[in-house]
Amino acid sequence: MDFSYTITAIDGVFILALSLLLGFEVIKNIPAVLHTPLMSGSNAISGIILFGGIVQLLNTPLDHVWTLAAASLAVLLGSINLAGGFFVTHRMLSMFSVKRKPAKGRKA
Amino acid sequence: MMMNFAYLFATVGLIQGLKFMGDPARAKTGNMLAAASVVLALVAVVVATGWAGSTHVLLLVGLLTVGTLIGKTWSSRVAMTAMPQLVSIFNALGGACAVVLSLNEVYGAGTPVDNKLLGGVLILTALFGGTAFTGSMVAYLKLDGRKLPRPAQIHKVLARLLLAVLAAIVAYYFAMPTDASTYPTVLLAIAIAALAYGIFLTLPIGGADMPVLISLLNALTGVATLMAGLLFHDPVMIIGGILVGATGILLTLQMCTAMNRSLGGVLAGKIISAKSTQSEVEQDIRSITAVETASLLAFSKQVAVVPGYGMAVSQAQRECFALQEMLKGTSVDLHFIIHPVAGRMPGHMNVLLAEANIPYESVLEMTAVNDTMEHYDTVLVIGANDVVNPAAENDAESPIYGMPIIRAYKAKQVVVMKRSMAKGYSGVVNTLFDRQNCKVLFGDAKESLAAIITELKRI
Repeated sequence: MDFSYTITAIDGVFILALSLLLGFEVIKNIPAVLHTPLMSGSNAISGIILFGGIVQLLNTPLDHVWTLAAASLAVLLGSINLAGGFFVTHRMLSMFSVKRKPAKGRKA
Repeated sequence: MMMNFAYLFATVGLIQGLKFMGDPARAKTGNMLAAASVVLALVAVVVATGWAGSTHVLLLVGLLTVGTLIGKTWSSRVAMTAMPQLVSIFNALGGACAVVLSLNEVYGAGTPVDNKLLGGVLILTALFGGTAFTGSMVAYLKLDGRKLPRPAQIHKVLARLLLAVLAAIVAYYFAMPTDASTYPTVLLAIAIAALAYGIFLTLPIGGADMPVLISLLNALTGVATLMAGLLFHDPVMIIGGILVGATGILLTLQMCTAMNRSLGGVLAGKIISAKSTQSEVEQDIRSITAVETASLLAFSKQVAVVPGYGMAVSQAQRECFALQEMLKGTSVDLHFIIHPVAGRMPGHMNVLLAEANIPYESVLEMTAVNDTMEHYDTVLVIGANDVVNPAAENDAESPIYGMPIIRAYKAKQVVVMKRSMAKGYSGVVNTLFDRQNCKVLFGDAKESLAAIITELKRI
């Protein structure tokens, strides 16, 4: 099976232009109550920069110690950002939904 | 082929997840969808890179586990009041990751940079990542109340100088013919200048401008991720980076609008100065006691609380909830009215109130109630100042003139809880205190609220 995936420069420009428009479309009109979770959630997503570290790490021979160390550092930094961001967003959003339950479950 | 589908699913999941995060009912699902998409994309990246040997895979799994555990620990320990600090730290790590990646690609992996596109992408990754890294670290220190050099003119001068240096290096790189041998030096210079720029960009920015700054730094990391995505030809990184960048930019602009300030003004560290227009105006202040406030509340039908960062500082959220419960017992409605820039990051107040179990149906946005403020019998202003200053509406001379405010002055009675007569962040005289319907309750907000609750129990 062929696992290779490459995008050409012009593909990149297309993705860039379309997703820029899409990005603004997706997140406009978000209520203020969700601003903080949105920010920590999007902050978590930016942690996917660690993919670059993964590619570097997996492509570096074991005897290139410093290159491997730098790639490892990138993976570690990115994964803290990624995981921590999603966890803290989850924690915040759980607080928002907790007291919606008693409101719903109230016996009429 | 299979990997392409994995990428497709991950990309769609990421977009849909972020879309859900804008809807209160589906936000939690959205967050989990985004997280699942990222995990899927991560597996796809590992598989697509190819088998590198068990040592590599063990190392990778180990690093990811450690990173996840650290992230989980930090995120479960953080107090909600310290959320802006945590987001800043996470953002700093993302920025640092970008700088390391960019430098490692050239210095470590030794990728020959033989075309302008590759070189430009690497430069921009280091530039945005570096600025976001040090900028977020300084923002963290500021938010955490650490001792930092006082904002000074020299910082602004240095920031502008560094920006010029960055622009000059980028211009130099694109003007000169491609030369793979000098490229590492150019990249290193960019990285160093960007790291320094982040520091001096952030140092002069004042506490009340923090929501703008944090949003902007978030956007910068998003752009760094986008650049890294172009570098590694990874569509998920490109789209993820753009979504983050767009979120950050939109929030930045919204925060600026809410403060009636230009982004340029905030970045230039322009601190609103009141000295020239109003110096020491004698104000005739009517003070009120907690007991009197309690009886005022007891005779009210509609009550609103306008919370500001001062409420978070004195940790009075739980007392606010207790007061709301108390008043509910006597069928008095208590609403919370939130200014878009209250707190230290966008939406910070909402999170703090949610943590204290205050139902989010009773938390209202400024724009939703501003035209009907006269329906409130009593408005309690807790730890907020500039956002209720009527001078922003009627005094064209005032430095904050034009900033949208919560029209607390229109309510029948206003009680402002204050520690002392110290002025708000902007140092502008609050003309609300001159109004006949405004009284000041001196003391710590938490203690005052507790005293009011005790008194209400007695009534």
